[in-house]
Amino acid sequence: MFKWLHPLAKPEILYHFCGRLLPWLMGSAVLTLLFGNIWGLAFSPPDYQQFDTVRIIYIHVPSALLSMATYTIMAIAAFTALVWQIKVVQWAVLAIAPIGAVFTAIALLTGMAWGKPMWGTWWEWDARLTSELILLFLYLGVIALAGAFSDRQTGTKVACLLALVGFVNVPIIHFSVEWWNTLHQGASITKFDKPSVHPSMLWPLLISLLGFYLLMLALFCVRLRTAILQNEQHRPWVKSALGGQ
Amino acid sequence: MVSVFIRRELALLARQKADWLNPLLFFIIVLTLFPLGVGPEPNQLRIMAPGIVWIAALLSVLLASERLFRDDYRNGVIEQLVANRQALMPFVLAKIVTNWLSTGLPLVVISPVVAMLLGVEPAAFVAMMLTLLIGTPLLSILSVLGAAITMAADKGGILLALLILPLYIPLLIFASAAIEAAGMGLPYNGQLAILVAMLLLAFALVPLAIASALRINVS
Repeated sequence: MFKWLHPLAKPEILYHFCGRLLPWLMGSAVLTLLFGNIWGLAFSPPDYQQFDTVRIIYIHVPSALLSMATYTIMAIAAFTALVWQIKVVQWAVLAIAPIGAVFTAIALLTGMAWGKPMWGTWWEWDARLTSELILLFLYLGVIALAGAFSDRQTGTKVACLLALVGFVNVPIIHFSVEWWNTLHQGASITKFDKPSVHPSMLWPLLISLLGFYLLMLALFCVRLRTAILQNEQHRPWVKSALGGQ
Repeated sequence: MVSVFIRRELALLARQKADWLNPLLFFIIVLTLFPLGVGPEPNQLRIMAPGIVWIAALLSVLLASERLFRDDYRNGVIEQLVANRQALMPFVLAKIVTNWLSTGLPLVVISPVVAMLLGVEPAAFVAMMLTLLIGTPLLSILSVLGAAITMAADKGGILLALLILPLYIPLLIFASAAIEAAGMGLPYNGQLAILVAMLLLAFALVPLAIASALRINVS
C-alpha cells in the first residue's frame, strides 16, 4: 500500500489524482444525496410521535456523524503530517478543517430546529450539545491558528498540532450520551445488530449518510487542489497544468 | 536536570513578582465581581460557588500563561534548548511544575477564604479543595501547551484563550459535578477518579506535544 501511496505525496501527482477522482465523487454525491433526501423527506413514513418533524433526521444525523468523522480524518492527517513531515498532508489538514466546521454548524443548527418542537427549547446545556459546540470551537481554533503566524509554514504545523490535541474531544462526544444520562437520545443506528430505527426510515438515512460522506470527500478534493495550487504557484508544473495562463 | 531548570524558573519568578501575583489578584477580583453582578443573595451564591470558583481559576491560569515562553523565546533561550536535544524535555517539565507552583498552588491555598466568602457548605468545601488540588496541575499542563503553541504568533494573547478554553471544558464539567455531588451529600469519588485519570493522561502525553510545539516554533 505504501508503494501505491508514496507517489501521491508529490503535490503535482496528487493534484491530478484529485482532479480525476473529483467528477466521480461529486457525481455520486449529488445522486445519492438527491435519492436519499427525496426518499427521506417526501416518501418515508412520518413518525407516530413526532409526525413530520422526524424528517430533520435525514440532515441532522449525517451531518453530526460527519462532523466527528471529518475531525477524525483531520487528526489522522495531522498525525501523519507531524510525524513524516509531508507537506501535502499538512495542507490537507487546513483544507478539511472548514468542511468539518460547516458540518458541525449544520448539525448544531438542525439540532436546534429539531429541539424546539420536540424538547420545547432551542438549546439545552446537555452533554452532547455542549461537546459538539466545543468541537465547533476546536475547528475554528485550528483555522484561526493557521492564520495567526507571519510564517505560513509554522502556522500550518502548529495548527496540525492543535488538531491532534483536540482529538480528545471526539470520544467525549461519541460517548457523552452513555456517560451522562441526558436529554439527547443514545445511539440508534450505529448498533447494527439490532437497530432501533425502522427499516423504512433507516434506509433513506443510511443513503443520506453515504451522500454526505461522498460530498465531504468531493469538497475535500476541491479544497486540496486549491491548496496545492496556492502553495505551489511558482512552480512550472502549475503553469502548464493551468494551460499557460 | 529538571531541578536545575526549576531553580532557574523560581529565581525568575522571585524577581518578577507581577507574573504570579497579578493572576492571584485577578482571581480574587473576579470572585468579588460575581456577587456584585448576580446579587448578594446567599443561597444563590452558595449554589453558584463551585462554578464561579472554577471559572475564576481557569481565567487566572490563562492570564498567567500568556507570558510563559515570551521572554525565553525573544532572548533565544528556547532556540538553544531546541538545538541541545536533551535539555528540551526537562525544561518543559520544569515549566509545568513552576507554573503550577506559582499559579495553581496559591489558588488552592486561598480557596478556604473564598469558600467562606461565598458561604460554601463544609462538605462541598472539601470537594472544592480536592478538585482544585487535582485540577490545577492539569490547567497548568494545558496552559503551558497553549503558550508553546502561540509562542511565535502575532496576536498570541486572544488566540491563546480561543484555543485553550475549549480544552479546559471537560475538566470544568467533572470538577463542578464533583462539588455539586458533595454539596448534596452524594459520593463524588467517581468524578475525582476521572479527574485524576485526565491529569495522568495529560501528564504522560501533553509534554511531548509541548516539546514539539517549541521545536516547530523555532525552526
